[in-house]
Amino acid sequence: MRRGFRFWGLVPAWVLMAVTLLAPLVIVALVSVAKRGAYGGFEWDFTLAPYRDILFTAGWSDELEFDPKYVLIIGRTVLLALITTAICMALALPVAYVIATRGPRAKALLIYLVTLPFWVSMIVRVYAWLIILGNDGFGGRLWQFLGGEGSLLFTPTAMLIGMVYSYIPLMVLPVFAAIEKLDPALLEAGADLYASRWTTARRVIVPLAWPGLAAGAILVFVPALGTVLEPMLLGGGKQITMGTLIQTQFGSARNWPFGAAIALVLMALVMGVLIVNALRAGHKREAEA
Amino acid sequence: MTRGKAVEVFKVSKSFGDYQALKEVSFTIHENEFFTLLGPSGCGKTTLLRMIAGFDIPSTGSISLFGTEIGTLPPHKRRVNTVFQSYALFPHMTLEQNIAFGLENLGWDKARRKARVAEMLELVHMTPFAKRKPAQLSGGQRQRIALARALAPEPQVLLLDEPLSALDLKLRQAMRDELRTLQRQTGITFIFVTHDQDEALDMSDRICVLGEGRIQQLGTPSEIYEEPENRFVADFIGATNFLDVEVLSVDGPRARVRTPMGIEIEAAQKGVSGPGKATLSLRPEKIGIEDQAAGEIIAGTVTARNYMGGFTHYTVETRGAVLRVSRRNALSQAESYAIGQQVRLGIVAGSARVLGQ
Ligand SMILES: Nc1ncnc2c1ncn2[C@@H]1O[C@H](COP(=O)(O)OP(=O)(O)OP(=O)(O)O)[C@@H](O)[C@H]1O
Ligand SMILES: [Mg+2]
Repeated sequence: MRRGFRFWGLVPAWVLMAVTLLAPLVIVALVSVAKRGAYGGFEWDFTLAPYRDILFTAGWSDELEFDPKYVLIIGRTVLLALITTAICMALALPVAYVIATRGPRAKALLIYLVTLPFWVSMIVRVYAWLIILGNDGFGGRLWQFLGGEGSLLFTPTAMLIGMVYSYIPLMVLPVFAAIEKLDPALLEAGADLYASRWTTARRVIVPLAWPGLAAGAILVFVPALGTVLEPMLLGGGKQITMGTLIQTQFGSARNWPFGAAIALVLMALVMGVLIVNALRAGHKREAEA
Repeated sequence: MTRGKAVEVFKVSKSFGDYQALKEVSFTIHENEFFTLLGPSGCGKTTLLRMIAGFDIPSTGSISLFGTEIGTLPPHKRRVNTVFQSYALFPHMTLEQNIAFGLENLGWDKARRKARVAEMLELVHMTPFAKRKPAQLSGGQRQRIALARALAPEPQVLLLDEPLSALDLKLRQAMRDELRTLQRQTGITFIFVTHDQDEALDMSDRICVLGEGRIQQLGTPSEIYEEPENRFVADFIGATNFLDVEVLSVDGPRARVRTPMGIEIEAAQKGVSGPGKATLSLRPEKIGIEDQAAGEIIAGTVTARNYMGGFTHYTVETRGAVLRVSRRNALSQAESYAIGQQVRLGIVAGSARVLGQ
């Protein structure tokens, strides 16, 4: 009876997973080893050509030449995600600290404000930045005022600003949770033992908020790897990332198998990060036990 | 003996919004003194300590440390260390690192730090645990490390906020003795906060009794217990019988009063200026019973008896008043008195205290 329930009770979840996660994944995997169709789409015909195309191009006489073009795009995407994560960490720490040390009412309000952007469509919000960072927008004016060259919009900087904006709430929340759990007496103990505010932050707050920062880093880094909107709208499509690359392959380039292959590489990267993180967390727990 | 002034608190008041937690508190703590702030919950002990540490700033008044005004100096610029009630050990650091933290911030070089950490671990008998983290310690051990960490930077004054309240009874007694020894060994001025009168009487050189945001009395443990200056102190420290009495005459520090039991006694007084109403405080253990009865004798009936091990408390109804009397249990139980038994009580002049109302 209990066994039966344990099995049948989970059936809806299994079905949901199979339909929404497993099936599309299998389809993408199949497409990535198929032949490119003449007018988009694909034809059934097993080939590893899409994967080969990531690293090589066919030269004049069909001999393969190493072409770093896509490797550079992958590298750039990873770098962009890393920089975004680092900036989010640096900004979220003081923000989370300030929120965590307010009174209960102010705290609730500030947390609500942090999560507020989630209620508005991502596309709308990124479009808003298009206006802000434009030559007549506040950000664009500030850029010129600070002596920035040319226009800010459609530069890597603009793209980065958009990405930090999009993902920073995912960093603030876990860091806030970690700092809020701190005993305020620990900070007083720091000051009592002759540590300046800066030293207390560096030697007490950051190490103790580290689990929150690590969780936030995963939450930011993973979606930042696959980001499409910011490079497309704010980077003006000039900054190709894995996300935009996939999008173009399925869209204008009409090379579905290649797009699917890149998508799987992206997924492998994400899985890699998650697995390394899980292993490290496991090790740490073992070391502490 | 003349001693330097370690801490001078001068007319310090502290308000939180409309609530005045401390009202013009002034006192001086001497060098090398074990000074206790004693009072009921919410009387402002922690508030006062936090202002000396620098976590709070007085609303008005000034605080000096060895002659230097420190009222608005941030905590990390005061040569004062705190043992927190929750210990507040840094959970991500080993015990060694915890103790070295203050020394690093003071810029001590590595060799000196190492020697001092070893010395401190030795002092609190925790040397074998140097590499452990705070989570791997018992409450008593954490307490010792908190103490070692606060003493390591050689503070001019050590502040302790109810450091024993989280420990069990046995350990608390042992730590009392250890703290007292440590204070003598190091010669550092201790300011100790507690709401436990036994702790205060046992450990302190002087006690400052705080109540309702004011100093109620400041004196040695025996002065506080034997010569309470007002009803609050007599009531808070130890147990006592309060009797409404009529003052017949006042002669300087002494007064003659008529008690509700009918007898007249003469006792030391405080705050009484002339004939009128007053309160008489009569400690239960200072009333003699049967063979110990001396001085003015009154008769009464035992109405309740509480056996406490070392002592037995009796409630005795006399004509005019109900008195609590306690008697040390001697070799045999033979002198124990039953409920309903008629007993003689004796009150010696000088064992009571007349307090103004
Ligand atoms: N930050 C604050 N804001 C408002 N009121 C406060 C604050 N800190 C203390 N109080 C009030 O001031 C009074 C004294 O508090 P304090 O913590 O000094 O008491 P205490 O004597 O240490 O008591 P306990 O023995 O319970 O620790 C209390 O009535 C308390 O409610
Ligand atoms: Mg307190």
